Amino acid sequence: MAARHWCAVNWFLRNWDQVAIALWEHVVISATSLAIAFALSLAIGIWAARHERVYRLALAASGILYTIPTLAFLALLIPLVGLGRTNAIVCMVAFSLMILIRNVAAGLRGVAPEAIEAATGMGMSAGEILRKVELPLALPVIVAGLRIATVTVISVAVVAAYVNAGGLGTLIFAGISNDHAPKIWSGALTACALAIVADAALARLELAAKRRAE
Amino acid sequence: MLLAEAWQFVVDHPQRFADALGTHVALSAAALALAIAIAVPAGIALAGTRRAAQLAIAAANVGRTVPSLAVLALVMPVLGTGFAPALFALTLLALPPILINTYTAVREVDPDVVDAARGVGMSAAEIVRKVELPLALPVVFAGIRTAAVQVISGAVLAAYIGGGGLGDFITTGIAMMALPQLVVGAVPATLLAIGTDRLFGALQHVLTPRPLRLP
Repeated sequence: MAARHWCAVNWFLRNWDQVAIALWEHVVISATSLAIAFALSLAIGIWAARHERVYRLALAASGILYTIPTLAFLALLIPLVGLGRTNAIVCMVAFSLMILIRNVAAGLRGVAPEAIEAATGMGMSAGEILRKVELPLALPVIVAGLRIATVTVISVAVVAAYVNAGGLGTLIFAGISNDHAPKIWSGALTACALAIVADAALARLELAAKRRAE
Repeated sequence: MLLAEAWQFVVDHPQRFADALGTHVALSAAALALAIAIAVPAGIALAGTRRAAQLAIAAANVGRTVPSLAVLALVMPVLGTGFAPALFALTLLALPPILINTYTAVREVDPDVVDAARGVGMSAAEIVRKVELPLALPVVFAGIRTAAVQVISGAVLAAYIGGGGLGDFITTGIAMMALPQLVVGAVPATLLAIGTDRLFGALQHVLTPRPLRLP
């Protein structure tokens, strides 16, 4: 057993460049998906915060997307967009919409009406109020959503290697099909580390946003 | 067209489909049951402690961030392939949401409400049964609901480590680029996940004491 563990460490050290490339691909597809999802959710969330019916509809629809099993989602996209990175990114965006829209809307709805009244009294326009008052005050809740979405997206990206999207899942699948444990360990543990580090980093950002909003 | 071909596949292989669906449900239900049996008592026990609780909740929070496929993949080199290793991995995945919600639910029962119950002459057993449990149950159940959906999604991935289930159709479908087969796995898995979420949502509503229900 100890020899096998040593073997995994050894493999990792000899092939760290391969792991680094997979990690980089993983970060790139995750970040791309998050950026697209965040832009969409910000628009939909702002709209939903002001209209109850839009809010309910957006959450019901994105909630269904969120419930679909990852691999089933990736598979169902194949007839539509084929294999590869596009497939993975569409799936990852769809997965993070519910969390992001919910938190953007919840953050904006939680802004104290007095703050908005005060801003109106100072003669700010609706756009200025949104940019200078509402969004900064809603930021902690929005960042909290971004944090959950990031962890979710990193997790989905592991599975996305199966539809040829690249990333750390590539190592896991190669390891499973060749029965090569060191590859599985390297891919899986690096993916875990990435998720944990991203979560911790965004937790600090959340705290900073909270301090600023107060 | 694709759906019709997928339907034809099910009609042609009823036994294979029934077996895969059966394995999927059995694997998910067993993992959820095991996780409930472990995490609910553990959450209740932890609510009474301080040090142990901080450690366990921190561990559960880290556990929650770990990618599902990574957990399944890490179990394989140690326990091998098949139903049992898949069950073990899925149980691990289901633990954190149930543990965190149970702990939070028990902790957050308002002490004033418990005091009031004592004031009207309820015994300790009555307080647990009539006050604490009804107040905590909806939150515990919310955790179980999250875990259930997660386990059904995870069980699709269990096909990679020989756990069987609907994921088998998806992986062979992708490997052979046989789109109808892929649909045979993906559509029922999706419906199963959405159905479970709805069912548990309805149960959660029923378990919530009337005055606390959301409209």
